[in-house]
Amino acid sequence: MFEIVEKRVLAPQIVEMKVKAPLVAASAKPGQFIIVRTDRYGERIPLTVCDYDAAQGTVTIVTQSIGISTRKINALDAGDYFDDFAGPLGNPSDLLELPDEELKRQKILFIAGGVGTAPVYPQVKWLHEKGVEADVIIGARTKDLFTYVDEMKRVGNVFLATDDGSEGFHGNVTELLKDLIERQGKTYDRCVIIGPMIMMKFAARACAAYSIPSVVSLNALMVDGTGMCGACRVSVGGQTRFTCVDGPEFDGSLVDFDEAMRRQNMYKNNPKTDPETHKCNCHG
Amino acid sequence: MANVKKPRVKVREQDPTLRARNFEEVSHGYDSAEAYEEATRCLNCSKPRCVAACPVHIKIPQFIYHLTEHDELGAYSIISEDNSLPSVCGRVCPQEKQCEGACILGIKGEPVACGSLERYVGDWAIRHQDQLPKPIIERNGKRVALVGSGPASLACGADLAKYGYEVTVFEALHQLGGVLVYGIPEFRLPKEGVVAQEVERVKSLGVKFENDVVVGRTFTIDDLLDKMGFDAVFIGSGAGLPKFMGIPGENLNGVFSANEYLTRANLMHAYDCNYDTPIYLGKRVVVVGGGNVAMDAVRTAKRLGAEAIIVYRRSEAELPARAEEVHHAKQEGVVFKMLTNPVEILGDEAGSVKGIECVEMELGEPDASGRRRPVEKPDSRFIIDCDVVIMALGTSPNPLIKQTTKGLETNSHGCVVANESGQTSRPGVFAGGDTVTGAATVILAMGAGRKAAKAIHEYLQQK
Repeated sequence: MFEIVEKRVLAPQIVEMKVKAPLVAASAKPGQFIIVRTDRYGERIPLTVCDYDAAQGTVTIVTQSIGISTRKINALDAGDYFDDFAGPLGNPSDLLELPDEELKRQKILFIAGGVGTAPVYPQVKWLHEKGVEADVIIGARTKDLFTYVDEMKRVGNVFLATDDGSEGFHGNVTELLKDLIERQGKTYDRCVIIGPMIMMKFAARACAAYSIPSVVSLNALMVDGTGMCGACRVSVGGQTRFTCVDGPEFDGSLVDFDEAMRRQNMYKNNPKTDPETHKCNCHG
Repeated sequence: MANVKKPRVKVREQDPTLRARNFEEVSHGYDSAEAYEEATRCLNCSKPRCVAACPVHIKIPQFIYHLTEHDELGAYSIISEDNSLPSVCGRVCPQEKQCEGACILGIKGEPVACGSLERYVGDWAIRHQDQLPKPIIERNGKRVALVGSGPASLACGADLAKYGYEVTVFEALHQLGGVLVYGIPEFRLPKEGVVAQEVERVKSLGVKFENDVVVGRTFTIDDLLDKMGFDAVFIGSGAGLPKFMGIPGENLNGVFSANEYLTRANLMHAYDCNYDTPIYLGKRVVVVGGGNVAMDAVRTAKRLGAEAIIVYRRSEAELPARAEEVHHAKQEGVVFKMLTNPVEILGDEAGSVKGIECVEMELGEPDASGRRRPVEKPDSRFIIDCDVVIMALGTSPNPLIKQTTKGLETNSHGCVVANESGQTSRPGVFAGGDTVTGAATVILAMGAGRKAAKAIHEYLQQK
C-alpha cells in the first residue's frame, strides 16, 4: 500500500499527487515512469515520474482525468492509499548519459503541452542542478489550463503559448518554436517534446525541418509495463519497439505517430465499457 | 492384484457447451472413491517406466500404493519428496508425454491417470493443512533473495526456508505466482483455490514476498548482494517477452500477443465486468500457434463469445500443446486449421484487423527438431475473415536482468547460462526455470528451483 501524502489540483481535471514510495524515490531518474493501481479492481496505469525526493521517500505524479481509471486515481485524497505503485520503469532520459561538459555546451529546448508539462519538469530541474539552463516552451489552449509554470520558471527559461492568446505567445507550440528561431534568432542542439500525441507529431516535424534532433516521450497503452505484453508496441524507423522497455523516449523524427495515435484509441468504445453493446458473459 | 482390464476412471468435467461460456474449472477432478478406484489399476511395476519418464522422478507407484491404502497423507509425503507443487503439476503437466505416456498399461489399454491422482493428493493436502507435518526450522541467519514469484522461485524459496535461510521473493506484478496467475487461465488452474494456497504454504514456512519490485530497475542484483545484505540471489524471472512473426499488419488494432490477451483476462480479470481493465472482444478470433498458450488464448476468446480458430503451420500430430487441452478445445467448439501459415494481417481503413492472409503448408523432410518441416504449397494463398489476431509463438526471457547485471552470461536466445545445479557465471547468483531454458513447463521450473536451493545451500555452507 502506498500513501498519498499530498494532493493538489493544478487545473481542471489535472491533479498532482505526492506518493510515499521510498524504493521508487530512491532509484527514479528523469524520463522514467511508474505503474499505479488504485485497488483490486483497478487497471495498471502507467504515469511518468514528475518529481522524486529520495530523502522524503516520495514520488510525484500528475494525472489528467480522461477515462474510468484516471478518474478513479484523481478521486483519491491525501491520506488514501494506492494498492500498487511499481517502478521506476523504462529507460532514463538519454540526457543522463551525456558528460557534464557536453551538456553545458548544448542548447537544449523542451516543448511541453497539456499534462505533458509536469513530466518535463524533472528533466529541466536535473539540468538546472547541473548548472545548465534550458529553454522551455509550455503550450495550452488557454491560460487556465497551464500547469507547473511557476515550478518550471524556477529551473528554466520559460516561454508560454496559448491557442487563444490569453497569455504569452498567441499560437501553438510549433508556431512559437518558429518565432523563437526565425524572429528571435535562437538555435538549439536538441529538443525534448512531451505532450499530447498530436502535438508531439507536429513539434517533432517542426524540429526536423530546422534540423534539430528531437526526442519524444510516448504514453502508449500498457498492461504490465515490464516488457511482458507488447500492448505498447510502436513503430520507430520501421521497426517495432516496446515503449515500456525500449522507451519511453524515442527519436521524434522516426516515430510513426499516426499508428501510435490509432493504437492509443484501441479501447475507445470498447464493448466491455459500452452499456449499449455489452452482453455480460462473465458469470456463466 | 490390480485388474489390467479395468477401464480408467473417467474424470468428471463441466459440460462442454456450458463451460465454453464460463471461466470456472473444466475438470472437477477425482473424489476419494474415484481416486481409490483408479489407484487400484496401478501394477506397481518393479521397474516403473513412469518414474523414469517424470522430469523430477516422482515415486509414482509408491504414492499410488498409499492411495490404495486410503492413506492420502502418506501419498502426499511421497510426492513432496520430489514435487512441491502437486496441485499445479497434476493439472498442467503434459502427462501423455511423461508419466502416463510411459505407463505399461497404455500399451494395450489406457494408462493409469497419474496426473489426476497427483492433483487429488495435492488438493487433499490443501484441504488438510492441519494434518501435514510442520517442518522444524532452525534459522541460520543467512539471507537469500529470489527474483520473480513463479514456480521456480516458489519451489526454491520453500526449500531454502526449510534449510533455515531468511528468504525474500521480489515480484514485479501485484499478484504472486508468476505465469501461474498471468498466463494459465482460471478454467485450467484456479487462482484462489490452488495458486494462492500454494503461495500461502510457502509463506507459512517464513518466506517473505514483496510485490511491485522490478529487479533491474527498483534495484539491481548487485544492490541485493552489495548493499542490501543478501548472501545469494536466485533468478527465477521466467520467459515473459512475447515473440511476433514479423509479418505486415502486426501493429494493427486488434492484434495481440497471447501474453497481453491472457494477462488482461487472467491477472487483470478483464472477463469480469467488476474489473476495470478492458479486453478486445472479437466476433471471430484467430490464434496463431499450437502450444498450450495458444490453446489458453483460443479458449479464452471462445468463452468471451467469439468464434475461435487455431491456425498452425504443422499438422495436428505436431501440436505441442497437452493432448487434453486440444481435446477440450475441440469439445468447446474451437476450429483447428492445420498446415496453415499466416503471411499478412489485413486491416480496414481505420486500421483495425479485418482478416488474415495465409498459405497452405505441407510436411517435407524432418528439420533440426526432428519434426517434418512445413513447406509452403505454391499458389495456395487464402484469407480468413476475422477481427482479432492473437500471436502465440512463444516467449523469451525478459532482457532487463541481463542488461542490468554485469558479468551475467546469457546465450544467443537471451537465456541466462547456468549449469545443472543453477550456478550462473556470477558467484552467488543462481538461476532456474524458463529464464534458463526458455519457455518450458511448470514441473521443470519447479525442479530447477529445488536443485538451485540445494546448490545455494552448499555454496553458503562453504562460504
